Amino acid sequence: MTAAVFFGCAFIAFGPALALYIVTIATDPLRIIFLIVGGNAPLTHWLRTVDPEHHFTSTKANEGLKTINPDEPAPSMRLLAYVSGLGFGIMSGVFSFVNTLSDALGPGTVGIHGDSPYFFLNSAFMTQVIILLHMFWGIIFFDGCEKKNWYPLLAVILTHLLVSALTFLNPQYEISLVSAYMIMVLTGIWAFFVAGGSRRSLKRYLLCQDKNFLLYSQRSR
Amino acid sequence: MLTFMASDSEEDACNERTSLMSAESPVPRSCQEGRQGPEDGEDAAQRRSQGREEDQEEDPDRYVCSGVPGRLPGLEEELTLKYGAKHVIMLFVPVTLCMVVVVATIKSVRFYTEKNGQLIYTPFTEDTPSVGQRLLNSVLNTLIMLSVIVVMTIFLVVLYKYRCYKFIHGWLIMSSLMLLFLFTYIYLGEVLKTYNVAMDYPTLFLVVWNFGAVGMVCIHWKGPLVLQQAYLIMISALMALVFIKYLPEWSAWVILGAISVYDLMAVLCPKGPLRMLVETAQERNEPIFPALIYSSAMVWTVGMAKPDPSSQGALQLPYDPEMEDSCDSLGEPSYPEVLEPPLPGSPGEELEEEEERGVKLGLGDFIFYSVLVGKAAATGSGDWNTTLACFVAILIGLCLTLLLLAVFKKALPALPISIAFGLIFYFSTDNLVRPFMDTLASHQLHI
Repeated sequence: MTAAVFFGCAFIAFGPALALYIVTIATDPLRIIFLIVGGNAPLTHWLRTVDPEHHFTSTKANEGLKTINPDEPAPSMRLLAYVSGLGFGIMSGVFSFVNTLSDALGPGTVGIHGDSPYFFLNSAFMTQVIILLHMFWGIIFFDGCEKKNWYPLLAVILTHLLVSALTFLNPQYEISLVSAYMIMVLTGIWAFFVAGGSRRSLKRYLLCQDKNFLLYSQRSR
Repeated sequence: MLTFMASDSEEDACNERTSLMSAESPVPRSCQEGRQGPEDGEDAAQRRSQGREEDQEEDPDRYVCSGVPGRLPGLEEELTLKYGAKHVIMLFVPVTLCMVVVVATIKSVRFYTEKNGQLIYTPFTEDTPSVGQRLLNSVLNTLIMLSVIVVMTIFLVVLYKYRCYKFIHGWLIMSSLMLLFLFTYIYLGEVLKTYNVAMDYPTLFLVVWNFGAVGMVCIHWKGPLVLQQAYLIMISALMALVFIKYLPEWSAWVILGAISVYDLMAVLCPKGPLRMLVETAQERNEPIFPALIYSSAMVWTVGMAKPDPSSQGALQLPYDPEMEDSCDSLGEPSYPEVLEPPLPGSPGEELEEEEERGVKLGLGDFIFYSVLVGKAAATGSGDWNTTLACFVAILIGLCLTLLLLAVFKKALPALPISIAFGLIFYFSTDNLVRPFMDTLASHQLHI
């Protein structure tokens, strides 16, 4: 395939994640570390499944962070949730897509045997949606653990299973991709409200009346 | 011939790479040490012979802060931890760059994945009919390689103890010459061949000469910090590529494991050669072989008060060798000690408080990290997941090592944790995750 396909698919899949990284994470070394550690999929997955221990270790980690970074306020749990969710998402997206991307550079014709010619595009969009979903799920999940609400946790796990199950319908991309995007939008809205946003703050932000961005004004809880 | 020569220089080169060392207690360190590192050796030697007369003429900028050794431990600890995350990132970037260069070369230049003989340090072949024989051969190769490394390190420590500085510097210069000229020439030749670009000999000579000469100047004498860092990364990558090419598969993995164990012992055991080297250098207040340590120190001389001559004695401490990693021979790259810059000046002195301290990591660590990731990229089925998993594993190991450094505040080996994680991730990803992800990707199932 051509370089255009390679770069196009790469930026479709990783563009939003890269933008989020550059704007919110690249500036703070601590967040970068959390991203990389959070991207350690088995570790965080394990941490997520064991709720009380996760909560305990997060609090201890918070205390530890205060000593490491006395200058700045210790990152709040929401920030941690966002960063580790993003790390998890980036890692899972990269793992699922990078081999396909490297094949996109080599010779070949997509769908020459009758399969869909939109293989790469679909994979790219699916990867993008999965990365964003992981980020939202991370926020909701951490919040559920913090507040000891079981319903958000259950909902996160169920939507995760739903999205994965929908991919079984590939190559009928219309169903799987469109529903994945709809679920992403809904999960995003939910995560926004969980993270402390509200219609008022959104309005203030859109009308450029908000002095502090949501994330930066977080203080440790 | 090439192999023989290469091995010779490799040994030299390898012997000198050391890992980071953590600075022990409150010795203030000059942030510019990395840049002026090469001088320090000579200066130290001269200083010893001329007494302390030079101290007064020393550039005050060299001393970050002269701390009085007896500082409050609590204050030191806070200040040390304060810069923790930043230093981790300051090391992530060069390690990542080195690995990116190595992986990019491995994936594109076919030369470094072709089997073309072996080093004399690994004489046993792996083309054997049975698995048991192959395993035995790789273990024997590892034993030979490791014993060569141990012998070289002990030789270096003996040289250092008996103050044969000229010999050591000559050795270092020879190995950098070999790396900067010969290996660069080969590398450039192979890259040009891969991309089918023609280059005439005069241009080639000009390019290699300039690259090598500037590299020698930057590494062994003075130069901009960024340039020195770039050169150190490049020579580490070149060295790693040589190892990846000439070490047979199974031997490479066993050697990585054995080197990590050796590193652990050499740095932490009381009679370990690396530890003795560090302690000797500390006693003499000398920097250990600059030029083999990657320094991420930043300049910070803004607002620095000129130290008064009376405190010059205390200012000698910045040349504490612990700051510099013990440049042991590349042969024992495993002197990956993490260096912790000294704490800022003591409250009594009127030196600036907020200086940027750098962290130092031995080049041997760079080399072996890159060997692990490069081998993961070279072998197997050209799988990117394995490479990425090893990369993340090494970064996490480095992070943990730096955390331990902040806690223990002494020289620590940087290889064991990272290499252990890297090996675990490599074998589990290659054997368990890869077939799984391949099937998922081919059916476009996302989990």
